Amino acid sequence: MPSLKDLKNRIESVKSTRKITKAMQMVAAAKLRRAQEVAESARPYAETFNRVMSDLASSIVDQGDAPRLLAGTGSDQTHLLVVMTSERGLCGGFNSNIVKNAKSLANELISAGKTVKILTVGKKGRDQLKRDYGEQLVGHIDLSEVKNINYAHAQGIAQDVLNRFEDNEYDIATLFFSKFISVVSQEPQALQLIPAAYPSEDTEMSSSPQFDYEPDEQGILSDLLPRGVATQIFSGLLENGASEQGARMSAMDNATRNAGEMIDKLTIQYNRSRQAVITNELIEIISGAEAL
Amino acid sequence: MIPFELVSPERRLATMEVQGVRIPGSEGDMTVMAHHAPLISTLRPGILGIESSEEPQEYIVFGGFTQVTAERVSVLAERAVPKSEFTEEILSTEIEQAENAVTKAEASSDHAAIDGATKRLADIRALAAHVA
Repeated sequence: MPSLKDLKNRIESVKSTRKITKAMQMVAAAKLRRAQEVAESARPYAETFNRVMSDLASSIVDQGDAPRLLAGTGSDQTHLLVVMTSERGLCGGFNSNIVKNAKSLANELISAGKTVKILTVGKKGRDQLKRDYGEQLVGHIDLSEVKNINYAHAQGIAQDVLNRFEDNEYDIATLFFSKFISVVSQEPQALQLIPAAYPSEDTEMSSSPQFDYEPDEQGILSDLLPRGVATQIFSGLLENGASEQGARMSAMDNATRNAGEMIDKLTIQYNRSRQAVITNELIEIISGAEAL
Repeated sequence: MIPFELVSPERRLATMEVQGVRIPGSEGDMTVMAHHAPLISTLRPGILGIESSEEPQEYIVFGGFTQVTAERVSVLAERAVPKSEFTEEILSTEIEQAENAVTKAEASSDHAAIDGATKRLADIRALAAHVA
């Protein structure tokens, strides 16, 4: 049976925890709004880009002399998994979900006899993957100093991924991140980066006009494909940013509610034991008086 | 009149109906007006001019590409700044980056990369001379 003093201290400490989680929830809500705005304003570029690329890609693939970034190396022996997670914790299952997704693909590939290499972006994912896949980790990109993600960061990551491809370190690259659906739901995604997979719009293709290319199709494609990698990484980063804040917001909301419940329970316990102490004292006084 | 949009990876800079757009294509400047033939072209660093019913506007763009269809003109710039917000600072960082790219390309002795990087640097220098 904890003493009254212990209970009181306990209640105080849970109360201050509740204050902290409440504050974190509010901060996450504000950051989420910003992250959503940023993700929203980046969407037109990505959409237009993908539209142009699917037009281009389908016309090139038909000719059979596509660049390696589009057609692949012709092998699927070595896979690079680019796992993007957050730099900070306390955001519920956000990081674990992304990592779980990556792990299941990694296990599948390993059991199929493929080589797996892992590149992590964000500290939390690295920490979780280090335990089981320490040997497969080939690199890490640290964004902990970065406050606002911008396109230059995505370009940096893309450059790293592309350099490794140029050096024939892997055949297929897959990007892992979490897509923001709503505050309570974020969906971990796996997206094939290299070779680039641009869905061709079959119905529209037949009616789409024949484009003039300047410089030629090959020149444009070799210019655009690396940009496509950067664009996809950029939108992944932004989705991740919004998802992280959303996940943190709901995790902190839960924590605040749990702290509230705990305070209620502890208060009841405190009051009961306080009454028990009073009753005890009364009994002692009365029985003492009777004894006289 | 033809719908025009200018987007950078981070935001949409302009959407409007225009009479013509002067685009710094990688093979030379071109003015795109309504009924232009469908075209996809890469951009070089340069000045993009918009002529609409309002006052003419100018943006400084650094690379990217443009798609012209019968319905619209889209310019996707790697980096774009309205001319009024353009500063020496942006220019000097771009020049610095381009110079670094040239040094790096020369180290790799890949001719295509050297040519690309050198051309970019020359384009940015030309732009600097034009803006100054």
